[in-house]
Amino acid sequence: MRQSLIILAKDLRQRTRDSTLLVFGVVLPLGLAFLFNLMLGGGERRLEARYAVADLDRGTVAQEFVTQVLEPLRAAGDVTIRPVAGAEEGRRLVGDKAVDAVFVIPAGFSAAMQQGRPTALEIVGGADSAVAVQVAREIAQGYANERRMVQLAVTVAGGQATDRELIERAAAAPRPLELAEDSATQRRQLDSTTYYSAGMAMFFLFFVTMMSVTSIFDERREGTLARLLVAPITRRAILLGKSLGGVLVGVLSMVILITVSTLALGADWGNPLGVAALAVAAVLAATGVTAAVATFARTTEQASNRLSVIAMVLGLFGGALFPIAQLEALSFVSVLTPHHWFLQGLGDLAGGSLAVVVVPVLMLLGFAVTGGALALHRLGRMLHW
Amino acid sequence: MPLLEVTGLRKSYGEHIAVDDVSFAIGVAETYGLLGPNGAGKTTSISMIVGILDRDAGEVVIAGQPHDVTSVKTKELIGYVPQEIALYRDLSARENLRFFARLYGLGGRALKTRIEEILEVVGLSDRADERVEGFSGGMARRLNIGVGLMNRPKLLVLDEPTAGVDPQSRNAILESVERLADEGVAVLYTTHYMEEAERLCDRVGIIDQGRLRVEGTRRELVGLVGETDRVTLQADGDLARAVRDLAELSQLKQVSSGEGQIEVLVSDARALLPLILETVAGSGVQVRTVQVHEPDLESVFLHLTGKALRD
Ligand SMILES: Nc1ncnc2c1ncn2[C@@H]1O[C@H](COP(=O)(O)OP(=O)(O)OP(=O)(O)O)[C@@H](O)[C@H]1O
Ligand SMILES: [Mg+2]
Repeated sequence: MRQSLIILAKDLRQRTRDSTLLVFGVVLPLGLAFLFNLMLGGGERRLEARYAVADLDRGTVAQEFVTQVLEPLRAAGDVTIRPVAGAEEGRRLVGDKAVDAVFVIPAGFSAAMQQGRPTALEIVGGADSAVAVQVAREIAQGYANERRMVQLAVTVAGGQATDRELIERAAAAPRPLELAEDSATQRRQLDSTTYYSAGMAMFFLFFVTMMSVTSIFDERREGTLARLLVAPITRRAILLGKSLGGVLVGVLSMVILITVSTLALGADWGNPLGVAALAVAAVLAATGVTAAVATFARTTEQASNRLSVIAMVLGLFGGALFPIAQLEALSFVSVLTPHHWFLQGLGDLAGGSLAVVVVPVLMLLGFAVTGGALALHRLGRMLHW
Repeated sequence: MPLLEVTGLRKSYGEHIAVDDVSFAIGVAETYGLLGPNGAGKTTSISMIVGILDRDAGEVVIAGQPHDVTSVKTKELIGYVPQEIALYRDLSARENLRFFARLYGLGGRALKTRIEEILEVVGLSDRADERVEGFSGGMARRLNIGVGLMNRPKLLVLDEPTAGVDPQSRNAILESVERLADEGVAVLYTTHYMEEAERLCDRVGIIDQGRLRVEGTRRELVGLVGETDRVTLQADGDLARAVRDLAELSQLKQVSSGEGQIEVLVSDARALLPLILETVAGSGVQVRTVQVHEPDLESVFLHLTGKALRD
């Protein structure tokens, strides 16, 4: 162990004297996270839409619709909502492209809803505003569904209640179906900036640890490996020293990335304890995998080439480059990568308690141990003259 | 008890046998030379002896303990100077010395003084804090040797330490090896310079094509070739043809060529020199210089292998 630390100290001294590490560990991942976020972050973009509402009813239900459904939408995104006097004016505005869509609440809407009679909420959309119109339709549909449940409840209960009470009761009622949906979406609750920062951090982690582990081959090329092998230390100590280097610079680059992406890009990584556990486990996993792959190479170039390919493939299937888990067919391959568990751990952490990181951390440690064991097993093949 | 005992060492690369059944021993305070041409198997032998290369067969015993690549205890006794310069170019001379010394457990004051001592020995005290990448070839080579001395080895193994060094540095290197031998260090020294082997080594093993052909003191080895003189002709022209023509003369014992020269072994150089020169001239070769040597290790090598040491 003492000798490993001596090797580690020497390696770090050498590392500080070249800039490659800074480039791979900090500059590239941050830069790419920033770029990816700009290019691909669309899924998380705030809705931009201009709506008009023609309330021909002026009843209580119509008002509920405006204040409880449309109003929150306006608050959450770049959405404007302007009241208009009638359906005609609304259509004209749509025709002039002054608004994307108009909600037309027909006269007698509230009365019909309260009495359970059919009625129609009309949406008039502009031809050029597909997304805004689609969103408007879904809003209306969602509202209609909710009303229908309230009506069902009323019918089943046979009770007498005011409309407002019914809506409130419905809102408070447990919704098993929706809850199930919630937990699935919580997995991907990382905002896009955090997602890409984390993905890039994990992706480049492999290149950072790679440089430490493959420095064994640099030592072979420079001849100094012969001196390490002649020294009264075990080969294990050499591998450990090199791997510790990978772990240390990996953790360092993670810390820098998390800090900078939080401060400069506005990423939100979540509970620091959970993030720390995931980051350290991810660094160990990357080091283990890197060390194992390195034992199959003979030169720095060979090792770097193979490791780069493997880092690419793992990154791709692990969803570090784009959220591949959304492709159902590939999600089972994805679990074979450390990247997947790191990102999933962070996602779960965003939507849950600290305990959710346990499984991802254990999976990551599994990669570390497996890789480390393989590397130790093949040590003699790598560390000789 | 010898400090180093090597028996039946063997290594092959595919079909090619690089080291074939090499055995020898070195006593305390003895300097042993492995003399052989390029590709003879010196580095391969040494790599197996110090324990950085796995051997196919054979035994290495250091100070009575078996030694191989996984040994740790016996490695403490070895100082190793690789043939190729093996230093961290982005570290200073002092940092290089400090790093390797620490691997041997040196620390604190002892480490500091040892570094200064070694810097003094290799004449780099005034450049100690400069990075190796700025060093001349000779300076790097001296530091390369210095690193091998840091741990005060009982067995010092030097693999052609003077290759590509100017005569002055070379002399300094040979002197420090002599001094260490005087202090009781057992030295294993490989070279293809006959002069170095003759000057430094108590005993010499001649190695060629992986086999240790013969070993002994200089006197013993020279005795093998008997009353034989060696004639060296520096010459220009078709040397191969001259060698063919010379080989037809029955009075000559051995003829070979290399590096712009022809080497001939004869029992009486004085008597046969005119015949030799006449034959060579007849082959259309211009002779520039002629030297006649008393029997030496070069003659021994020529006698044993039929070729010059440096070809
Ligand atoms: N790693 C290797 N793979 C294949 N062949 C090798 C390897 N190392 C050495 N050899 C071969 O083994 C033989 C002995 O080489 P070695 O380096 O031991 O010679 P040497 O006596 O040290 O020569 P030199 O004076 O040039 O240093 C040579 O023919 C060489 O080509
Ligand atoms: Mg050699």
